[in-house]
Amino acid sequence: MWLSSRELWTTIHGMGLGAGFLLLFTGTWALLWGIRSGWVTTVGIEVHRRLASTVAWLMAAFAWLTVIVGTYIPYIWYRAIPPDGADLTKFPRSYLLAHPNLAMLHSFGMEWKEHVAWLAPLLATAAAYLISRFAPRMAEDSKLRNAGLTLLTLAFAAAAVAGMLGAFLTKAAPVH
Amino acid sequence: MSSTENALTNGSAAAATLASGIGCLTMGVLTTLTEAVASVGRLLNFYNPTGNLSGKTLTTVLVWLISWAIFRARWKEKEVDFGKVFTLSLVLIGLGFLGTFPPFFDLIAG
Repeated sequence: MWLSSRELWTTIHGMGLGAGFLLLFTGTWALLWGIRSGWVTTVGIEVHRRLASTVAWLMAAFAWLTVIVGTYIPYIWYRAIPPDGADLTKFPRSYLLAHPNLAMLHSFGMEWKEHVAWLAPLLATAAAYLISRFAPRMAEDSKLRNAGLTLLTLAFAAAAVAGMLGAFLTKAAPVH
Repeated sequence: MSSTENALTNGSAAAATLASGIGCLTMGVLTTLTEAVASVGRLLNFYNPTGNLSGKTLTTVLVWLISWAIFRARWKEKEVDFGKVFTLSLVLIGLGFLGTFPPFFDLIAG
C-alpha cells in the first residue's frame, strides 16, 4: 500500500478531521453572522438556525474526533521510547530531541500543540450549543450572537495553532 | 421563530459559556502543574502510552461537564447578566491559553 497505517492515521487526524473542522468553522461563522432580525425574515432565521446548528455540531464533532484520534493514535507513536540503536526516524520525539536545531519543535511546538488543541472542542461545543438553542434570540440579542462568534473564533484559533504546529512537526519528523 | 424559543432565558447560554471557560482554565492549570510538580504529572498518568496527557484531558473534560451541569441547574430558569459572565469566561479562556503556552509553564516550572 502506498500509505502505511501510521501515515494513514496521521492523514485522517490532520488532513481529514482537522482540516474538516477548519472548513466547517468558516460555514458556521458566516451563518451565525447572518442571523440578524434586520437582515432576514423570521422564516430565514429558522432556516439559518437549522443549517448553522447542523454545521456547528458537525464542527464540534470533528474537533472532538481530531483531538481524541490525535492523542490516542499518532501521539502514542510520536512519543514512544526507542530501543537502543533504533532508527530514530521512526521515533519522532526522540529524533527531534537528538537534533539541537530541531529540538524546539518538540519543546515548544509539540508541547503547545498537544495541550492547546484540547481547548478547541470545549469552545466549539459551547458555540454549537448556543447556536442550536439560542439562534432566534441571537437575531435580536447582539451580546449573545457576538459571544457565539467569539467562542467559534477562539476554537478556530486553538485548532489553527495546533494544525500549523502539526504541519511543521510532520515536515521535520514525519510519522512513518 | 417560536414563542418557546423567544421565551428562553439566557441562563443556560451563560452556563455553557462559563463552563467552557472553566474547562479551558482547567487544561491550562493542569498543564502548568504537571510541568512544575513531578508528582502531579505522575498522578495524571492514567494511560502510560500517552503519559499524563491522558489525565490532563480526561480531568479537563470531567470538570467542564460537571461545571456545565451545575451552572445550568442553577441558571436555566434565570435571566443573568450575560455580559459579566461572558467577560469572566473570556478571562478564564485567556488564562487557559496562557497555561498551555510552553514559555509560560517553563517559566513557572523554573
